[in-house]
Amino acid sequence: MTSKNSKVIELEQVVIRFAGDSGDGMQLTGSLFSDSTAFAGNDFATFPDYPSEIRAPQGTVSGVSGFQIHFGQKTVHTSGDLADVLIAMNPASLKANMRWVKEGATIILDSDAFIEKGFDKAGYKSDPTTDGSLDGFKVIKSPITALTKEAVKHLDLDMKTTLKTKNMFALGIVMYMFNRDIELINKYYEKKFKANPLVVDANKAVLAAGYNYADTLEIFVNTYKVEPAPLEKGKYRNITGNVATAWGFIAAAERSGLPLFLGSYPITPATEILQELTNHKNLSIKAFQAEDEIAGIVSAIGASYTGSLAITTTSGPGLSLKSEAIGLAVMTELPLVIVDVQRGGPSTGLPTKSEQSDLMQALFGRNGEAPVIILAAKSSADCFYSAFEASKLSLEHMTPVILLTDGSLANGSEVFKIPRVADLPAIIPPLAEANDPNYKPYRRDPERLSRKWAIPGTPGLRHRVGGLEKEDGSGNVSHDPLNHQRMTLLREEKVQRVANYIPEQTIFGSEDAELLVVSWGGTYGVMLTVVEKMQEQGKSVALAHFKHIMPLPKNTEELLGRYKKIVVCEINNGQFVKYLKMNFPQFKYQQYNKIQGLPFMVAELETKFNELLNQ
Amino acid sequence: MENQIIDTEIIQLTKEDFSSDQMVKWCPGCGDHAILHSVENVFPNLGIRKEDFVVVSGIGCSSRFPYYMNTYGVHSIHGRAAALATGVKLANPKLSVWMITGDGDCMAIGGNHFIHTIRRNIDINILLFNNKIYGLTKGQYSPTTPKGHKTKTSPQGTYERPFNPGELVIGAQGNFFARVLDTNPKGMTAVFMEAAKHKGTSLVEIMQNCVIFFNKAHELITSRETRDDNQLQIEHGKPLIFGKEKNKGIVLKGTRLEVVTIGEDGVTESDILVHDQYEKDPGVHMMIARMMPPEFPVALGVIRSVAAETFDQSMMDSIAYEKEHSNIKTVDDMLNSGGTWTIE
Repeated sequence: MTSKNSKVIELEQVVIRFAGDSGDGMQLTGSLFSDSTAFAGNDFATFPDYPSEIRAPQGTVSGVSGFQIHFGQKTVHTSGDLADVLIAMNPASLKANMRWVKEGATIILDSDAFIEKGFDKAGYKSDPTTDGSLDGFKVIKSPITALTKEAVKHLDLDMKTTLKTKNMFALGIVMYMFNRDIELINKYYEKKFKANPLVVDANKAVLAAGYNYADTLEIFVNTYKVEPAPLEKGKYRNITGNVATAWGFIAAAERSGLPLFLGSYPITPATEILQELTNHKNLSIKAFQAEDEIAGIVSAIGASYTGSLAITTTSGPGLSLKSEAIGLAVMTELPLVIVDVQRGGPSTGLPTKSEQSDLMQALFGRNGEAPVIILAAKSSADCFYSAFEASKLSLEHMTPVILLTDGSLANGSEVFKIPRVADLPAIIPPLAEANDPNYKPYRRDPERLSRKWAIPGTPGLRHRVGGLEKEDGSGNVSHDPLNHQRMTLLREEKVQRVANYIPEQTIFGSEDAELLVVSWGGTYGVMLTVVEKMQEQGKSVALAHFKHIMPLPKNTEELLGRYKKIVVCEINNGQFVKYLKMNFPQFKYQQYNKIQGLPFMVAELETKFNELLNQ
Repeated sequence: MENQIIDTEIIQLTKEDFSSDQMVKWCPGCGDHAILHSVENVFPNLGIRKEDFVVVSGIGCSSRFPYYMNTYGVHSIHGRAAALATGVKLANPKLSVWMITGDGDCMAIGGNHFIHTIRRNIDINILLFNNKIYGLTKGQYSPTTPKGHKTKTSPQGTYERPFNPGELVIGAQGNFFARVLDTNPKGMTAVFMEAAKHKGTSLVEIMQNCVIFFNKAHELITSRETRDDNQLQIEHGKPLIFGKEKNKGIVLKGTRLEVVTIGEDGVTESDILVHDQYEKDPGVHMMIARMMPPEFPVALGVIRSVAAETFDQSMMDSIAYEKEHSNIKTVDDMLNSGGTWTIE
């Protein structure tokens, strides 16, 4: 590392957005910068933003792929609202991302791509770098393509390989800007491209060229540094919500001593859970890619009957297809976890965008009285603990659980403190004992109301289950009217009693705050950021963020009753607020809803909450 | 949850071990009763512990079957028995998994699961009760109802072409297909035994009679007067001969089958096609499965029985391989794999 020509300014937090054409390697660029961020000791969260088309036409706005990282010296709860720095590899990526940058942000452009042809494809009528569109921004125009070619000239590469490395030039510039050590990235190349030393050399050369270019040409008046965040001692990694979900189930299988079975069908944005579990045959995981959503869940029910921790993973449209089978799991009182990675709906909707609009479906989307436990993960890393808890509740209460995550959590990533499996809670499924003379399929535990789980292959416990109504106790088919009423109430009560086994709802902030902000699921990060910020400004705001949806924590009613003003914020048209109104009609609720396939922004929430405080 | 399947010698079971205490509620005269008895006769003789059987069904008259067997069992939802049976088998490949289904359950609402289960060759046994009608919903046409047949939903007669289950099975790359009559207990027992021993998806079509909504659907094949000329009991290694006088036979002429009479036009028994149920090429099996009156007799018995790798075995092999070769041996190894960093 050479001495620098610029002054170093310390920042509390920064948001950087890397954007380019789908083929420009922006996801890799972003994730390498994330690695260096981890190394620098900052807390961070990331979010990839890519088109639903696999290979949209090159150079067009629909083909732009982005990667955003938010890092700081304090705890980071979201992948950030607006970017402080935008890297735009072509005009289309500038056009697609201008709405995501802060006023006065730094914009780094590949000037070689800002030519007539590129403007046409992006739909610019004139050159945005000269027509005043970028007034007020710090624009750094660098001939990235030309300098990349120059940097690898000595290696005699073909043009395609050469151009593939230009993202590393951009990365080199950003690494300089934030005073990062490029050795870490060089080590990554050495490992990743071990079989191809020429590619290692090319990437190293281009990265260094970008770094030195920024230094030598003094393109920045200042460079920046973000001090390490005060993270607890321990071992950390970066994790996406989908991988965290998969791992949570693997850990739950381990803690329960049961084999793990997944039956699933690929669907955006849930597919990575299936892929991740498929990659863990090394831990005896059985991941079955079924012919459709229905076979996914029904095979899981078969595996559950046979004694596995059984799960199925999907997104909204798939949850619709699974409805009837969820009813079968309710009736047979078998453990089963259904993961719904929510996306924009209805129908095919917005497959790559996030929404919280499947709550009502999760609560009520089945024929008959068919209650299930519902949990909603609150962050990418929390998907691990949510999958674990969903498994624990499902197994110990012999009841299906729907775990709601969403596209933002699934694809976003954040820092995850690696737990030790032995430190996770024990899971004790109510297995029936072989040859138990008193075994009856629907005899219940007096506390939990769960039935015993008798696994095929166990002597002395042969029994039948099915979708027809069961006689209380014996489990024989019964059409008796009073029995049906009793069984319906028992199934409901079994789920309600789960409230005795989940934590009470907590509040972030004061018990006598003027405004209680209520949210649930994947919006936790942004809600916490806003409420924390307003509290620091002395505003009387508190946050109740729900993770346990069905049943609600036992103290929910008492807690809501403490506040005069309640606002329920959701990425949907007001589903949780309807659920609260149904349960606690005595309170007055206001609501803030966004249905754009986009996450909340700190600023919009702050405006809304200030407005409510001033009322 | 490891199960042991013990040698035949040690396991002494009888029919009574599998009879459930539930009242059998099928209509008097329904073909299902005979099928139940045959299955009860087969299970004790397979050398499998009674707790290692799982009987799975979908919805329909036939799908009440699991309640009448004293085994582990699941009566699932309409059309999905194959998916449920798949989950059971994959979760514990040591279990003997039997799926009971009907023509509507299997080939209408459950058609997708049916063909994919066969394609994957999961080691389960499927008993398809084909009565060519919807019984439990009281008399609507099914995917196997003969074209032109009048039912409650086809008052002028159907104008759909029916499925032939054998064609579907072989078309989906199935390796075991047999056909039996519910009026032939011995035939059922023999075929069920073979199906049980076959590794991979075995499909037995049972031509079953619904006395209420489509009585005598298989009359031509089953009645004393007409059956000899309309059914052909096939056997591996034997020529395809049928008829009251045992003088009719099937020959392969060019690319199609043809009925001939032995002794006429110089045809001798040596001209008759000899059945090879183990032939890998499905061509002739398909032709035999397709034989239907009036041109041909219906073939009964094991039409195709070919050994092939099963999905469940491949999955277990793949797991065993990965467990041996992966650096990740524990869940903690996984959590700590890849890029990590430590805060001191």
